[in-house]
Amino acid sequence: MHAAERPAPALIRIRNLAKSYRRGGQVVPVLTDITLDVRAGDFLGLMGPSGSGKSTLLNLIAGIDKPDAGEILFDGVDITRLGERELADWRAGTVGFVFQFYNLMPVLTAYENVELPLTLTRLSRRERRAHVEAALALVGLSERMAHYPAELSGGQQQRVAIARAIISDPRLIVADEPTGDLDRHSAAEVLALMDRLNTDLGKTIVMVTHDRRAAERAHAIMYLDKGELSTAADVHERSVR
Amino acid sequence: MPVPVAYSLRNLWARKLTTVLTAGGMALVVFVFAAVLMLDAGLRATLVATGQPDNILVTRRSSGTEIQSGVDRAQAAIVESQPEIALGPGGAPVVSKEVVVLIAQPKRGTGVPTNVTVRGVGAAGLALRPQVRVVAGRMFRPGTAEIVVGRSIAERFEGTGLGERIRFGGREWTVVGAFDAGGSAFDSELWGDGEQMMQAFRRQVFSSVAARLADPGQFDALRARLEADPRLTLDVKRERSFYEEQSQAMSNFISYLGVTLSVIFSVGAMIGAMITMYAAVANRTAEIGALRALGFRRGAILAAFLAEALFLALLGWAVGIAFAAAMQAVQISTMNWQSFSELAFRFTLTREIVVKSLLFALAMGFVGGFLPAVRAARLRIVDALRAA
Repeated sequence: MHAAERPAPALIRIRNLAKSYRRGGQVVPVLTDITLDVRAGDFLGLMGPSGSGKSTLLNLIAGIDKPDAGEILFDGVDITRLGERELADWRAGTVGFVFQFYNLMPVLTAYENVELPLTLTRLSRRERRAHVEAALALVGLSERMAHYPAELSGGQQQRVAIARAIISDPRLIVADEPTGDLDRHSAAEVLALMDRLNTDLGKTIVMVTHDRRAAERAHAIMYLDKGELSTAADVHERSVR
Repeated sequence: MPVPVAYSLRNLWARKLTTVLTAGGMALVVFVFAAVLMLDAGLRATLVATGQPDNILVTRRSSGTEIQSGVDRAQAAIVESQPEIALGPGGAPVVSKEVVVLIAQPKRGTGVPTNVTVRGVGAAGLALRPQVRVVAGRMFRPGTAEIVVGRSIAERFEGTGLGERIRFGGREWTVVGAFDAGGSAFDSELWGDGEQMMQAFRRQVFSSVAARLADPGQFDALRARLEADPRLTLDVKRERSFYEEQSQAMSNFISYLGVTLSVIFSVGAMIGAMITMYAAVANRTAEIGALRALGFRRGAILAAFLAEALFLALLGWAVGIAFAAAMQAVQISTMNWQSFSELAFRFTLTREIVVKSLLFALAMGFVGGFLPAVRAARLRIVDALRAA
């Protein structure tokens, strides 16, 4: 979505994507013929009314749902054709998730929650520790490593979730209403953090939000209404490193 | 890659009450299962310890027990004269011609008469049973109306204390000693002089002939010769085999009844575990969705929930086996249906029982946890995440 001087190649190419759900015997189309490019390093905001298909599109991009038709090419690989196991491995190495309600494991400490994706890698315990400590330092929670989620505020929990999302150095971060459950101050902290991930670490971010202030952080905003991508508006452009 | 074990373990800890109740149900089943096996092992150990590996026991053919057996003096003399029989220090064969009868004796406390085995032993009776040690008083003197009593008898029957007199066979007998037979069935017997018992009970025949082999390897040759001898209608068995057979009927009964009960109880415990694990899956649907989104495969989710059910079973096993182990302090007595006499024995915990009960508990955990684990693994990620 960069309209910048140095356009990066499309990291995600979505073509003619369609998705419908069956409700009470009726087929309800959610997405119809979506075509979209997301370039490496983009920060894309997806907005639209409830039920417009924002989260469905995000889930499809993140590889946790399958479309009825169309293709999603991630760096040239059509993830809609990947099998269950391949898709799980792809997600583990490529996508970081930030959820509205954080989705941390209540029985694991902040450290263990952040370490969780790394248990899927071949890194040694010592290497994992170095990565986790760096990630928690990045989100400003080095002092809270041993705390359980219930001992942290909502904003802190979301920062732990962000640390978990970046721990395996994914190229794509998907965020579904990351500030939807936070007060204004915590939301601002989380958005600032997401901004840093994009600008400092070059992460490609796709974020679903209802929050105009959150959307303003994005390089571009796409509107979804009744399953169709209606407009795209550059909110503000930034120079990319 | 599996979900970390800490996740499964700490979830058990997080819902302590449910964990304790479910594991408690499993512990009860493990306790019953282990206790029954311990009862069986105790019975077998008691009767097997009664026989010595180099001793033989000769009884009337097909008599099954010493009570039903009869070996006349001529037959006993033929057995005694066989070359395979070991000779004692004085050159006499190590043979005990024995008479075994039942008397009814009241139990201490209740006064309920119960069958007790009285054994009249020959001169070599004690030498044949090295596990028998006189622990109080002294051994009876041959040719007198003196008796010694087994440890279990002295504890539980009236008139069997040291110095007390007991009446049976038309005579009064004086208890001059108590012996410890090392947990064998002899602990549940009264011993006196064989010839005196023959007279008292007006017996013309012995019940059995016990003898020591000079070389245990010669048993087959001796048995073949004695059983082929037309003058003898006798069964020749190794003493250990004889007593093992004595435990068979009761052992089978205990095993079948106990295992059947345990299996029935285990169905309840497995349903309990299943309900607990289904509840765990329902309560953690969003967590499952997040784990799957992070890249954990369906197999890892299945393994995590199955591991949780197995840890639950392991906890139940540890508690159940601990209580069962405490049962070793308990001595019980019952009627041995083969000899119709009182037999005292202890619950005996063996390595085999520990392993069997562990496998039984894990099987309960596996069966109880499998379907909920499959359900967790089959959840669609987007549906699971919506549960947040």
